[in-house]
Amino acid sequence: MDEIALGSIIASTLRVSTPLLLCAMAGLVSERSGVVDLGLEGKMLFAAFAAAAAASVSQSTGLGLIAAISVACLLSVLHGFACVTHRGDQVVSGVAINMVAAGLTVVLGIAWFKQGGQTPPIDATVRLTGLIPAWSEPAQAIADLGPWVGQWVAAIVGHGLLSHNLLVYLAFALVLLVWFFLEFTRPGLRLRAVGENPAMVEAAGVSVARLRYGALLVNGLLCGLAGSYLTLAQNASFSPNMSAGRGFIALAALIFGKWKPLPTLLACLLFGFLDALAIRLQGAVIPGVGEVPVQLIQALPYLLTVVLLAGFIGQAQAPKALGQPYLKER
Amino acid sequence: MNQTLPRWIDVGLLPLWNLLVALLVTGLVVLAIGQSPQQAFALLLQGALGSARGIGYTLYYATTFIFTGLAVAVAYQAGLFNIGGEGQATFGGLGVTLLALGLGSVLPAPLLLPLLVLAAAIFGMVWALVPAYLQAWRGSHIVITTIMFNFLASSLNVYLLVNWLRPGGNMSVESAVFADSARMPSLHSLAAICGWELPSSPANLSLLLALLICAFVYWFLWKSGAGYALRVVGSAPRAAHFAGINPRLQVLVAMGLSGALAGLAAINEVSGVQGKLTLDFVAGAGFTGIAVSLMGRSHPVGIILASLLFGMLYQGGVEVSFEMPGFSREMVVTAQGLIVLFAGAMASVSKPAFVWLYARTRTQEASGG
Repeated sequence: MDEIALGSIIASTLRVSTPLLLCAMAGLVSERSGVVDLGLEGKMLFAAFAAAAAASVSQSTGLGLIAAISVACLLSVLHGFACVTHRGDQVVSGVAINMVAAGLTVVLGIAWFKQGGQTPPIDATVRLTGLIPAWSEPAQAIADLGPWVGQWVAAIVGHGLLSHNLLVYLAFALVLLVWFFLEFTRPGLRLRAVGENPAMVEAAGVSVARLRYGALLVNGLLCGLAGSYLTLAQNASFSPNMSAGRGFIALAALIFGKWKPLPTLLACLLFGFLDALAIRLQGAVIPGVGEVPVQLIQALPYLLTVVLLAGFIGQAQAPKALGQPYLKER
Repeated sequence: MNQTLPRWIDVGLLPLWNLLVALLVTGLVVLAIGQSPQQAFALLLQGALGSARGIGYTLYYATTFIFTGLAVAVAYQAGLFNIGGEGQATFGGLGVTLLALGLGSVLPAPLLLPLLVLAAAIFGMVWALVPAYLQAWRGSHIVITTIMFNFLASSLNVYLLVNWLRPGGNMSVESAVFADSARMPSLHSLAAICGWELPSSPANLSLLLALLICAFVYWFLWKSGAGYALRVVGSAPRAAHFAGINPRLQVLVAMGLSGALAGLAAINEVSGVQGKLTLDFVAGAGFTGIAVSLMGRSHPVGIILASLLFGMLYQGGVEVSFEMPGFSREMVVTAQGLIVLFAGAMASVSKPAFVWLYARTRTQEASGG
């Protein structure tokens, strides 16, 4: 492997991990408050559509982001209304959100843009571009930085780490923020408590419902960012079902990370790396082994999660009150 | 809260009301994209029930939904949520394909078809038993594991099709076409034998199988001891424990049967209609099963009715999208999601209103009489 290959695999790992990271953090905040969120996929998909639709019509990045976050928050509140207020089944509600998102984005896309469910391409000036766009070419990064720091560092740092857009760095910063919030702040402590023992939180005079709605709004915000990333940064337009199971990989990463922010970050990076590797190894032949079964690499996140959940590599402990509707005592 | 409603409201009126709300919201969506809900609804009914061919397609869709709906229902009766119908059906399809390609040229249809049914059921069962074992003995949550198993089945299917089952020189990713003896006879070909003329449609003998299985599931759940044990675990786990019922074993029984039912959906799709294994032949039917089971209250009779409803929606939706430009068939997926939302997650939202109305009419009757 040469320096260019290493630099670009780091770069693509970070690019692929970003939406996973945002989504996994969204799920983490909601699930730590005791609300199961299977709707990550649907919220991200709908947010991606909203971002693409708003940005391509208004020619404004900001409006795209606002539309994405609003739509995702709206779906989160719907989830809360069904599961927190009316104590409906959280799994069923999540499944419903995924179905509505998968259907409605195409219905609206075809009705509004008449391009078979796609949105018009978003103008390059509106899209989120890299902080140092030139370095998205490894050769350019090496040419600019190489003489100063050497070929390897130039490829790894210049192309691998510094060629990305703002959302990528924001996603990583948000992990730290979520971690700090949950570990060291009073609302964070309450949020964790409400996922473990809601009755105790209620007894302490804090509203369980309000905390869970709060968690769901944060969840919506993060899902909105994840969706925006798909259409404003990674691709130039929305296409039907473009989230392609990323919401579920994020859910897997969240479980693989044992519902903790920093391990979840590592899980997202691992799954992102596997994805980047699978794309790179497409059709490659390893001597003695034959063609690499790309499907196996792509299935690894799911397989690893199953194995971990079964307790074969450590034990994943879910929040105790996860999935249980809370009935206030009278 | 003391909410007592007579059975006909709780089981009949309330689900119908929730369905109505979901369809009304769908109508609003149709209105919002500038189309006429009345026209769409009329076209949908016309497309689904207006011709013998339309009815045939409706029944074909309904057949698959009966299988996936029953799968969700059986697990639900044991207190489990089987979200993995998609993967179990995919696996069932693999079983059908391996057997059909292996024995298709050797065995005649009367011998091969029952074997195919068995293969679909066993493959679906195996794919559900692993999550069941992990839930019962290793404590992993069945919802998460079955979701993961959906993706695993799909990856495996892609791998096998691309690398092994695709005939050489074939560009499209699908298996070789089955021999005629591995094809479930279609209803119109059976009717032709009896001298009736029916237009060609994908409805096939699997429909009869689906109805038989419905009767079996009813008998199993409500008339057999094993089904009783399963339902006790679902509704009162502690009572089951004290009655000496092994809950772990019931998880295996429920999920095994559930997976077998989901696997049978492949008989309709792979052996009945396609005649070959394709990449995404399940096409979301596993998830439609969730909606079907919710609407049908996890009861075989309800599931038949709900499957017919969704069969009409799917077949009618295709016709509407042909007739009305700008109307996409994904409207059906939207409607399905809204039905799951209103009849499932928010099923009890309108219940207090019904309790109030019922109590009010009761007191009026009492004071009037």
